[in-house]
Amino acid sequence: MTFTFTHSELTLLLPEITLLTMACLILVIDAFLSDEQRDLTFQLTQGTLIGTALLVWFNVPSEPIFAMSGFFIHDAMAAMLKFFTLLVVFWAFLYSRQYLKDRQFFKGEYFVLGLFATLGMMIMISAHNLLTIYLGLELLSLSLYTMVAMHRSSQTASEAAMKYFVLGALASGLLLYGISIIYGVTGSLDLSQLAVAIKNSPVEHHTLLTFGLVFLVIGLAFKLGAVPFHVWVPDVYQGAPTTVTLFISSAPKLAAFAILMRILVEGMSSLQTDWQNMLILLSILSMGTGNLLAIAQTNLKRMLAYSTIAHVGYLLLGVLTVTETGYAASMFYVVVYALMSLGGFGMIILLSRAGFEAENITDFKGLNQRNSWYAFIMMILMLSMAGVPPMLGFWAKLSVLSQVIQTGHVWLAVIAVIFAIIGAFYYLRIIWMMYFEKAEETQPIQAEPLMQIAISANGLVILGLGIAPHILMSLCLTTFGLSSY
Amino acid sequence: MQTIFLIIVLAPLLGAIIAGLFNVSRCMAHTVTIAGVGLSFFLSLYTFYHIIIQGQGPYDITLYTWLISDGIRFQVGFLVDHLTALMMLVVTFVAWMVHIYTIGYMHEDPGYQRFFSYISLFTFSMLMLVMANNFMQLFFGWEAVGLVSYLLIGFWHTRESAVFANLKAFLVNRVGDFGFLLGIAAILMYFNTLDYQPVFELAEQKQSIRLELLPGYSASIITVICLLLFMGAMGKSAQFPLHVWLPDSMEGPTPISALIHAATMVTAGIFMVARMSPLYELSPTALGVVLIIGAITALFMGFLGLVQHDIKRVVAYSTLSQLGYMTVALGASAYTAGIFHLMTHAFFKALLFLAAGSVIIAMHHEQDMRKMGGLRKYMPITYWTALIGSLALIGFPGFSGFFSKDAIIEAVHHAYQAERWGACFAYYAVVGGVFITALYSFRMFFLVFHGQERMDKHTREHLHETPWVVTLPLILLAIPSVVIGVIALGPLLYGSFFAEAIFVNPAHQPFLAEDYHGVWGFLIHGLTQPPLWLALAGVATAYLLYMVKTDWPALIAQRFPLIHRILSNKYGFDDFYQATFAGGSRDLGHHFWKTGDVKLIDGMLVNGTAYTIGFFSSIFRQLQTGFLYHYAFTMIIGLVVLLGLFVL
Repeated sequence: MTFTFTHSELTLLLPEITLLTMACLILVIDAFLSDEQRDLTFQLTQGTLIGTALLVWFNVPSEPIFAMSGFFIHDAMAAMLKFFTLLVVFWAFLYSRQYLKDRQFFKGEYFVLGLFATLGMMIMISAHNLLTIYLGLELLSLSLYTMVAMHRSSQTASEAAMKYFVLGALASGLLLYGISIIYGVTGSLDLSQLAVAIKNSPVEHHTLLTFGLVFLVIGLAFKLGAVPFHVWVPDVYQGAPTTVTLFISSAPKLAAFAILMRILVEGMSSLQTDWQNMLILLSILSMGTGNLLAIAQTNLKRMLAYSTIAHVGYLLLGVLTVTETGYAASMFYVVVYALMSLGGFGMIILLSRAGFEAENITDFKGLNQRNSWYAFIMMILMLSMAGVPPMLGFWAKLSVLSQVIQTGHVWLAVIAVIFAIIGAFYYLRIIWMMYFEKAEETQPIQAEPLMQIAISANGLVILGLGIAPHILMSLCLTTFGLSSY
Repeated sequence: MQTIFLIIVLAPLLGAIIAGLFNVSRCMAHTVTIAGVGLSFFLSLYTFYHIIIQGQGPYDITLYTWLISDGIRFQVGFLVDHLTALMMLVVTFVAWMVHIYTIGYMHEDPGYQRFFSYISLFTFSMLMLVMANNFMQLFFGWEAVGLVSYLLIGFWHTRESAVFANLKAFLVNRVGDFGFLLGIAAILMYFNTLDYQPVFELAEQKQSIRLELLPGYSASIITVICLLLFMGAMGKSAQFPLHVWLPDSMEGPTPISALIHAATMVTAGIFMVARMSPLYELSPTALGVVLIIGAITALFMGFLGLVQHDIKRVVAYSTLSQLGYMTVALGASAYTAGIFHLMTHAFFKALLFLAAGSVIIAMHHEQDMRKMGGLRKYMPITYWTALIGSLALIGFPGFSGFFSKDAIIEAVHHAYQAERWGACFAYYAVVGGVFITALYSFRMFFLVFHGQERMDKHTREHLHETPWVVTLPLILLAIPSVVIGVIALGPLLYGSFFAEAIFVNPAHQPFLAEDYHGVWGFLIHGLTQPPLWLALAGVATAYLLYMVKTDWPALIAQRFPLIHRILSNKYGFDDFYQATFAGGSRDLGHHFWKTGDVKLIDGMLVNGTAYTIGFFSSIFRQLQTGFLYHYAFTMIIGLVVLLGLFVL
């Protein structure tokens, strides 16, 4: 195998190269800063993210372009997902600053690790080879393990990091095993060649291919947090510092969606009936387990963890329809989910302060009396997660469900709706707490202006885009070469 | 013109929104609503001039298509012809007067802004109703006026009797609206459109379609539609046997009794039937039913006015009786006479109600006539305007009521001679009704304004004429009560005023231009007819019983206890409905609630589901043990299950 690349291929990789260079640069600069000057790291990081996002935004290809001998693909989906990933990371860091400062670990490593994780995600999104996918995945995972463990003095954080690491290693092992089987059968790791090879493979190879597929799906399911490969999610979400939870729960889902699309839709399209059934199973289990268990939680971070699991179930609904509109609907869902998740954990950060984590559901009691504006924002977020019109979350659920119905899986849509109704309970319970319970806490909410603006904007975006959902929806549709409705 | 129509409709709505939704001051509330309705009135006046004097129009404009479903268009549109223009003028004028009057009447009420918001909203709804060019919008207006009526009857919502009355009005109207809606549905089904114009044009063709109602008995679809629509009119215009809500509606503040329950809303049924004249003319059966129902209402509701002591209730029963007259006119194909009476009645009945309200203000919200008397010298303006109203009501020659009522009797007489079904009964009912009308009107008049002063000392000391905001509308309403009959008689009844708006089968036409010899001819003809002498006899009887021999009424009641009991109990309709329909449905509801709601839905479905989910939730959460090896094991199990399912 020979590697050649040209100048034009380098420009395709420009966002990744920029991000990598800047991450290294910031690492070096940060070493020379005193704690008082640490804001510079933050500013540089945010600047890097914006700069990279702009580079992505202004280079959206109409046709897929390959680079690095087919290891790297740049297409509309990649551009779109990368842009949103960068945006979400940027937003997540906005929420982090104050929280980290209050807890004395406002360190350069946090942001540098964040940037490397982002780089990992971008590689996952643009990967067109099982090896590149694995490379990106590991870069992301290793950064995340470290970020979870960063709060060294916290016992729960260390425990969470440990669990995450061990289970992550197990999942990586399973994924690698799957890759090796597929490679053994087809002799290829490139997704395009893989697709052709599987298509032309003799019938007796089918069992072996399915065997490998199961392992690949498990690797993906672990990353997404789909049942029964979700076990790490509640513990890690609860144990990790809230800003890290926020980070893990939002942007990586976009990347996980990307590799799901790359591996299953691009690489394994011939095995589509097999993985479709697997996804149906995972989806039902995730919706059910996520929604049912969220009800029993008293810890808000844990509740949101189960809510994430449930959302993953809905997200899979679009992909399993195996239609272009279904993929677009799933992409819409994952972007919307990332925005809602940002807001949900953002609210926890907003209500917390030095020495106090507002992570119990009861901490939201009577929020309306303390601050009616943030109670309103939280209400928007909860209603959106529950899928109540006119919030953005409603359109997300609607678009995946309508695709499921159109492809003839009415029973699946019925199950999804039933679980959504069950799920509405725990979102509405928060609203009830905020508006109808007496406040136990009387301390006014202190937050820096940046944080206040960011969280307000987050809520309003969800409301605003909910009123005009076609803006985001048509973006997702054009990504898959479909004209908007 | 389109813009003008829109402003006419929307100005009161805007006023209602500002007064109702924004926290405005009292002064602001009445200023915006009165300005809004005033603007509507003057533009209606212009519309009237434009259409009737200048002879423009009629206009049939579709403004906005709400939705198209299965080829059927639901639209908002205006049909403004002579009939509509007249109704618009009457509605906006009376509404405007009542708005002004309200400043005085509701002066001390804490719900001042709310009240103005409601009556302005009412004006909007009523205009939507009369200006509609399709059944959909008609129904919208129909229900909207019903809603506002409900809100206003129960305006003093802390009073139990008011809440009872508004619920009663609402429920009784539901019965009528049920028929009305079915009628509209039938139109949609057989005509495939809801617009007036095509329905009227197609009506003749569709006449031959027959609908088998009972095995072996079929009726023309037009008859069915007409009867169903009339059911709505019976509810809204309080015709027997759906009349029970109107007397109770007097629980509301007096201005709305005048506006809604005398002048405008209750006449919506009359207007609707007149508007549908092309349909009704095709169905002699429906007309017969209309005639009989109207005649029963006209005569028997008048009797009830004789035994009431509450001043507003007397006027309310008189309204019922007069609505009966209008309905009789419709049944006799004299739509023009019905509309004519509707118009004169709107003025003089609003006047009587507002006069009664004025008395009530002066008496410090005492409504029992047995505690009044001799008010003439304290309240001269109220006295004279009430006299004008009463004379107009009994049909004293020259006053507006004389012309319109005589026209109705004339038309029924014509129908009687043509031997139409039910006309014989109707004729004697309306002629007899004249005597009764005069008797109860002047009973009230004498009891309130003449004779002994029966109020307590404290009240008497504070008696004085009401402020100008109250008396001005009285005077302004008194003027048309006197003159409108003379002005409108010729063009309205004998001219071709309603030629385009109302269709009358030539064989049914009671008013022929060659019979008309001017107002004087009509007047002199009236002098020779029995109704006039019956009216005078009624006044004389009232004078005898309540001025000269004041102990006689009690004696009569004693002598004929059965009749007195029947009248006091209002023929038992209230008790009957109360016991059967209200009581029955309450029992049924209670039953359903106990077994269906509490046990089945709450117990099993709602709480049961919640318990089940909660149970499973607590079981499953045990799986999340927190131990790493459990977790790893879970993943391996997942792997094995997937492999088992998809590979083997």
